[in-house]
Amino acid sequence: VRTRRAVEPVIDSLCTDLQAELSPERVHSTSLELSLYERDASMITSSRAAAVCFPTSTAEVQACVRIARRHGRAIVARGAGTGLAGGAVPVAGDGGGPVIVVTTKLDRILSIDAENRVAWVEPGVINLDLSRALAPQGLHFAPDPSSQQSCTIGGNVANNSGGPHCLAYGVTSAHILAVEVVLADGSLALLGGVDPDPPGLDLRGAFVGSEGTMGIATRIAVRLTPQPPAVRTMLLDFTTVDAAAECVSAIIAAGLVPAALEMIEGAMIEAVEEFVHAGFPTDAAAVLLVEVDGLPRGVEVDADVVRSVGEQWGARTVRVAADDAERALLWKGRKSAFGAVARIKPNYYLHDTVVPRTKLVEVLREIYAIAERHDLLVMNVFHAGDGNLHPLLVFDAREPGAIDRVHAAGDEIVAASLAAGGVLTGEHGVGLEKKAFMPDLFSADDLDAQVRLRLAFDPDDLMNPDKVLPSPAGCGDLQSVPEGVWV
Amino acid sequence: VSVADPILVMADEVGSEGPVTCVGGRTQWLVGGPVGGSVGTSTATKPREVRAPVGLVTFEAAEMTVRVRAGTTVTELDDALGAANQTVALPGWDGATVGGVLAVGQSGLRRLGWGPVRDALLEARYVSAEGAVVKAGGPTVKNVSGFDLCRLLVGSLGTIGLLAEVVLRTRPRPEVSAWLAGPVEPFSLRRRLHRPASILWDGTTTWVLLDGRGVDVSDQSAMLVSMGMAGVEGPPSIPPHRTSMNPGGLSSLAVTAAAETFVAEVGVGTVHLSTPRSPRAPSAEVLELGRRIKDRFDPAHRLNPGRDPARR
Repeated sequence: VRTRRAVEPVIDSLCTDLQAELSPERVHSTSLELSLYERDASMITSSRAAAVCFPTSTAEVQACVRIARRHGRAIVARGAGTGLAGGAVPVAGDGGGPVIVVTTKLDRILSIDAENRVAWVEPGVINLDLSRALAPQGLHFAPDPSSQQSCTIGGNVANNSGGPHCLAYGVTSAHILAVEVVLADGSLALLGGVDPDPPGLDLRGAFVGSEGTMGIATRIAVRLTPQPPAVRTMLLDFTTVDAAAECVSAIIAAGLVPAALEMIEGAMIEAVEEFVHAGFPTDAAAVLLVEVDGLPRGVEVDADVVRSVGEQWGARTVRVAADDAERALLWKGRKSAFGAVARIKPNYYLHDTVVPRTKLVEVLREIYAIAERHDLLVMNVFHAGDGNLHPLLVFDAREPGAIDRVHAAGDEIVAASLAAGGVLTGEHGVGLEKKAFMPDLFSADDLDAQVRLRLAFDPDDLMNPDKVLPSPAGCGDLQSVPEGVWV
Repeated sequence: VSVADPILVMADEVGSEGPVTCVGGRTQWLVGGPVGGSVGTSTATKPREVRAPVGLVTFEAAEMTVRVRAGTTVTELDDALGAANQTVALPGWDGATVGGVLAVGQSGLRRLGWGPVRDALLEARYVSAEGAVVKAGGPTVKNVSGFDLCRLLVGSLGTIGLLAEVVLRTRPRPEVSAWLAGPVEPFSLRRRLHRPASILWDGTTTWVLLDGRGVDVSDQSAMLVSMGMAGVEGPPSIPPHRTSMNPGGLSSLAVTAAAETFVAEVGVGTVHLSTPRSPRAPSAEVLELGRRIKDRFDPAHRLNPGRDPARR
C-alpha cells in the first residue's frame, strides 16, 4: 500500500518567479507534467516536485537555484532520468515539493581539442552522442554504461558511472578534468582544471559521484581516449557458472587487465540470443565476453592468454569476433540484456553490488540460494572483471507478495555482498535505494565525515536532500528511507 | 595477549588536542609551505610529530589490490608487489612513504601512461582531527557507496586527516620498459604512439618511455629509431621544482622558459624547472570551499598547520 506525504498545492509565486527568469514553456507545473518526473528508471517514488525547469544556460540554472532557495524549496538535478537508485526522485520537504532542474536542454558540445584530448561539454550531452561526435578524430569518451544511448554526461558525473570498459580505462572520475558547478547559494565555481595539478583540494574529485548533493554541473571538461589500434573480442562458454567465475579470476591473475570482461549466465543467455541472434550458445551455463585491445602484436599475445586460461578452466569454445560487425553484435547482446528480460517475466529488479573478484564464485552461489529461498528467478549479467555484480530478480508484479519477496531477496543479496568484503554499489549510486544500508558499510564516524563534506558544499541541505546519507545532514539518528517513500 | 592495532596506536598518539604533524620520508616536505608556519615558531606551539604505522597488511595478486599501512615506503611496497609481477602507480622517490606520496598527491614521470596518483587510492583509513579512525571509500576496484572522500584526501597535505592505512589498486608490472631519446618534435610523436608511459621534452631533446608487452615495445621502438631516436639508460636529470600548466601550452615553453632549464611532461602539463615558480592561487570560490571543508574536518586547524593545499 502506498502512503504519500501530503503534497501541498503548488505555490503560484514559485512558478511565476521561475517563469519570469526562464520562460513559461520551460517551467512545467501541471499535474500531468509533474507526474512524469516522479520517477527515474528505478522503482522508487516518493512525492511530486513543485516545478520542473528546463534551463538552457548556466545563468538560468543559477536563477532556478536562487529562486528555489528563496522559496525554501530543495533542488533536485536530473539528466535523462536513467538512474537506477532513485537519485533524481523528488522527495517533498517541510517547505513542499522540490524544484527539479532538468539539464537535457544544456546539450551542446562546446569544444573539442583533439590535440590535447579534452572536450568541454554541457551536462545534458548524451554519452553516446559525445563518442559519436569524437569518432572522426579517432577519440571517444571511455565510460560506457549500458544506458549510454540515453544517459547524459552530467548524470555520469553525478553517479561516477561505470560501464564494461571501465575495467581497463577507469570509472567516470578518471575522465573528468574540471567541472563548472552551480553551488547551493546560486554562485558558480570551477572545480579542477585541464592542467595536471590545479591548486587547492581536489574538489573535482569530491564532486564527482556526489549525486546532485553538492551542486549542479553546468560545464564539464572530459578527458578523451584514443581508439585502440587493434581490438579482439572473444566469447567463451562454460558448462558451469563456477568454472566461468574461476576463469575470471584466473585471467586477472595471469597479469592481464582486459579492456572488458563481462559475464552473462543462466536463463539470460537464451533471452539474449532470442533477442539479438548473435549466436550465443543457449545450452551454456555461463558465457564470458572478453575484450583485449592495444597494439596489434600485443593484442595477439593477450588473446592467446585469454584462450589458454579459458581452455584451462574448461571453456567449451572460444569464439573470436572476425570483424567489427560481429564484435558489435556480441556487444549488442550484452548491452540489450535487460531489454531481453521482458521475454521471461514482465518486471525485474536490478541490483548493483561489488565483491572482491576472488569471491565471485561463492557470492554467485549464495545469490542463487537466496533466490531459491524466496522462490524467485535470478539472472546475472555483469562486469565480472571488476567484481561488479548485477543480479537481476525477475518477477511478475501482479502476483501477490512478489514485490515483498523481491525486496527481501534484494536485502539478502546486499548483505551477502558486504559479508564477502564487498561494497553497496559499484556504479548505480546510493540515491534513495541504498541509503538505509550505508551504516552496514560505514561507522558513525565514517558517515559523519561524509556529512561534513556535504555540509561544506551545502550548509542548508538544499541540494538533493534525503539522498545518499542515511540521515538528514547533521542529525545523529540514522533513519531509513524517508517517510512516504514507496520502494 | 592481544597486540594493539597499530592504527589505534597512531590514533592515540594523534589524540584530539594540540598541533600535530605526520612525518613520512620528508622527500616533499616543503610542498605547500613549512609545517608550523613561519620560521622561528616557538617550541611551545611546534607541532608534535607522529608517524603512520608500517607494513603490508594483505596482498592478493588475483585481486590486484593491496592493503598497506601508510608509513611503508613505496620502494618496500613495490618490492613486495614485484614478487607477483605487479606494481602501483605511485612515484617511489627515495624513502618516500605511501601515505606521504598520497598526501602530497604529486604524480611521477609515468603519469601519461599510468594515470595520476589520485586514481590509485581505493580506500583510506585516516586519523581525524578528533583522534578517531575514519574509513573513506572501500576495498574493491569499483565503488560508488557514498561520497568520494579518497579523492579529497589525495593532495590535501594531511590537513583533512592523517593517513594510517590504505587500499591501493595495483597494476601488472610491464613485461618490458625502454627509454629512447633524440631530437624529435614531441607533440606529433604523442599522436603516433599507443599509450606511451612517458614523453619528456627539454626544448631540444625528447625522451620516450615505452612499456608493456615485449612485442609492442619492440615495434614502437623500431618506429622511434627510424625517426632518429636511440635507446638510453633512463630519463634526463629532473630539475627540482615543478609547475602545472595546460598541456596545450607546453610548446611555447622553449620561448618563455629559455633562460632556465626545464623538462616538460608532454600530454600531461607538469613542468620540472631549475628555479621555483610561485604557486598559482586558486580562485576565490575554490579557496572558500577549501576553507569550509577545512573548518568542518579540523576546526582547530591542528593537523599539519602551516601546510596549505592552495599553495602547492
